[in-house]
This record gives sequence, C-alpha cells and structure tokens, in this order.
Amino acid sequence: MFNYTFHWNQALKALPQMLDGALVTLQIALLSMLIGVICALALTGFRLSGNRVLNGFATTWVEIARNTPALFQIYMAHFGLGNFGIHLSPYTALLVGIAFNNAGYLAENFRGALKAIPDTQTRAGRSLGMTAVQAFRYIVLPQMLRIAFLPTTNQMVWAILMTSLGVTVGMNTDLAGVTQELNARSFRTFEFFALAAVIYYIIAKAVTLAARALASRMFRY
Amino acid sequence: MIEIENVRKSFGTLEVLKGIDLTVQKGEVVTVIGGSGSGKSTLLTCINGLEPIDSGRIKVDGTEVHAKSTDLNKLRSKVGIVFQQWNAFPHLTVVENVMLAPRKVLGLSKQAAEEIAVKQLTHVGLGEKLGVYPNRMSGGQQQRMAIARALAMSPEYMLFDEVTSALDPQLVGEVLDTLRMLASEGMTMICVTHEMKFAREVSDRVAFFHKGVMAEIAPPEALFGAPKDPELQKFLAATH
Repeated sequence: MFNYTFHWNQALKALPQMLDGALVTLQIALLSMLIGVICALALTGFRLSGNRVLNGFATTWVEIARNTPALFQIYMAHFGLGNFGIHLSPYTALLVGIAFNNAGYLAENFRGALKAIPDTQTRAGRSLGMTAVQAFRYIVLPQMLRIAFLPTTNQMVWAILMTSLGVTVGMNTDLAGVTQELNARSFRTFEFFALAAVIYYIIAKAVTLAARALASRMFRY
Repeated sequence: MIEIENVRKSFGTLEVLKGIDLTVQKGEVVTVIGGSGSGKSTLLTCINGLEPIDSGRIKVDGTEVHAKSTDLNKLRSKVGIVFQQWNAFPHLTVVENVMLAPRKVLGLSKQAAEEIAVKQLTHVGLGEKLGVYPNRMSGGQQQRMAIARALAMSPEYMLFDEVTSALDPQLVGEVLDTLRMLASEGMTMICVTHEMKFAREVSDRVAFFHKGVMAEIAPPEALFGAPKDPELQKFLAATH
C-alpha cells in the first residue's frame, strides 16, 4: 500500500540549483510589486480624478485583476498578447501578469486606506494655512501608508506564490520552474516539491515577519 | 478687525445664514450662542474661508476673505480656528503636531518651529507631553494641543467652534481655562459655545443666533440680565 522509498539525497543535492531559482522568484516578486505599487497609485488617482475615461479604465483594470484567475492573467500576457504579435518571454509575461494582478488588488487597498482617513484631517490642515497638496503630503499620505502597509505586504506574499504559475508559460528558471525540470528528469516528485514548498514557506514567512518588524518600527502611534 | 456685512449662505435649499452683520474689534471677545442649526458654526468656517458665502462680504483687516485675489492660505495663518473635533494628527507626536504648519506654511527651520511649539504647548499646560502621541492623551489634552497648534501660527484672531462640546464633562474645565487665559491676554476671539457661564464671564459681547439670524447682540450683563428677543428668553429659560 505504501512502499515508496524516499530519496532525499537527490533533492538535497539539487538544493543549490533550487535556491538559485528561489532568487529568481524573489526578483520577479519584488519587481512585480514595484511596478504594481506604481500602477496602483496611478489607478487610485484615476479613480478619484472624476474623469470618466480614466475612472472607467482604472475600474476595468481593478475588476479584471480581482475577479479572474491570476493564471489567466499570466496566460493572456504570454499567449494572448502573442496573438496580436506582441511576444513576451516567459519571464516578462510572468512579471507583467503578476504586476497587473498586484496593481488591481493594491489599488483597492489604497482606495480603502484613503477613505479611512476622515476629511476633517485635511480640513484641519487647510485651516492652518496648508495648501491642498501640503495637507495631502504631510497629513493624509503618512496615515494612508500605515493603513495600506500590511495589506501591501500580504500582496507581496501572494506575488511570491503566484510566480509558481510561471511554469504554465514555460518559465524554467524560477523556483517552481527549476523544481519542475528536476522532477521531469528524476520523477522524485514528492521530494522535490516538498523541498520547494519548504523554501516557498520560508520566503513567505520571512517577508511577513520582516514586514511586521518594519511596521512596528515605522508606525509608533 | 473682522467685518461681516450682510452675509448669506445656503446649503441646498436651506438658508443657514440670513444676512448677518457683525463687527469684531481688535482685542474683543465675542461669544455666539444659540440652538443647533442656528448657523453659528457655519459663520466661523466662512470667516476662515473654509466655506464659500452666497452674498455679502467678510473682511479681515480690510482683506476680503472671499475675493478671488485673496491668498486664503496666508489669511488662515492670521485667523486660527479650532473645531469641536480637535483633529489631532495621529501619526505625529504632540510637538510635531504643533510644528507642522509653522514649518511647512511659514517655512521655519525645525529648530525655530520646535521652539515655538514648546512655548505654545507649555502655555496650554502640555509642556510634559511633547513626545507623546495624541491617542495617549485625553480629549481635553488633545483639544488644548489643537489650540496650541493654531496659536503656533501666531494668529491675530482665533475662532473657537464649540471646542468643549465633544468633551467629557470633567474635561471641559481645563479647555475653558485655556480660553479664559487667551482672552485675558488680549487675543481677539469669536467663540461659538454652549457654556453660558463661560460666555457670561469672558465676553465683551454675546450674540444670540436663531434660525440664521443674529437676533440679539449685547454685553453679557444686558443679554443675560435683560434679554429682549423672545426666542432668546425662551433659549435662556431652557438652558438655565
């Protein structure tokens, strides 16, 4: 019934290769967050702009990003755009797909954070003679960052885990890609994937813990 | 001098100010009393330029508040306002709350702003709370901080909009004491308040607002001692 013999040695021998893959994973996740945050800020601005076209564009983005599978979003970036003659490498397609997804979720976070800050805060700033921009920059924005910080780090964890979807578009240098190839050569599926899972877990947990430590240092009120 | 001439203001179909005339001299303390919705708070936010007016004129030292050419940010550093809700900036310490506007609006150095902030906070009795975050303080302390924050801009006029209304009863006294102190130092003040005893003590004149009209204005002895307006008589009977 259960006569599988574990061969951990093979998996452990491949550990350096897998750790190299983990670095690629981390790199894609970080880049996708960087792009995601910038896009999300723009989308938040668009949605508050009162301009119907910009608002419509941003809302469509957010709706698609949040209500369709991330896998489809990555597929679209690779195969979908390919149909129109835009050929993105697996790496770029994965990055674009995840960044698109990040931006949608983050834009919603940012909007929620902004709404959580009462108008009276701006009013208090204006009544002291600040311009609207100053009131936003020095009073609203710092409070908004605090509210949005932990949800943003959650998205970072999601981004790390989403990179594993890259195998579906032929990505073979990230942790999931490397593991998949090792598996294909050895059929030691359980060992390789268990080890990969442990590495994903450690990275994700480290991000969460680091974010918490950072938050308690940055936000002391 | 603050000159208010025939000011009218509506929110939608509701006219909240129906032609207000009031002149407040330098050094004068005017308190405004009246029921909720009588327009008293709206008038204050109009003087500060936070609310537009529909017609009439408000002038502060000859500058027309609602004229397009007026630099409202400059005007606001001259006319301080403190609200019922003190609106402490939660992400800044007490001293940083007070330093922010002097630094960003007046362009003072950190050191100069801190000096002013410490002085004003000590003045309102918060000299021990400089590095504390607002959420660690009582409502009364936060409200005094808000007063120090407005004073740090060296305003020539101060507007107080029901600054004790949101406070627990036992905290009202400390804030009123701060206002009394300012009045005794010669600050020009317009205070919207529900504290009749306070109004009687500190005011040079008391104005009674009713349904958007300034129904009566007189020195406190006259207004409280021999009210003429029938609505004021009813109001005083109900509040005593």
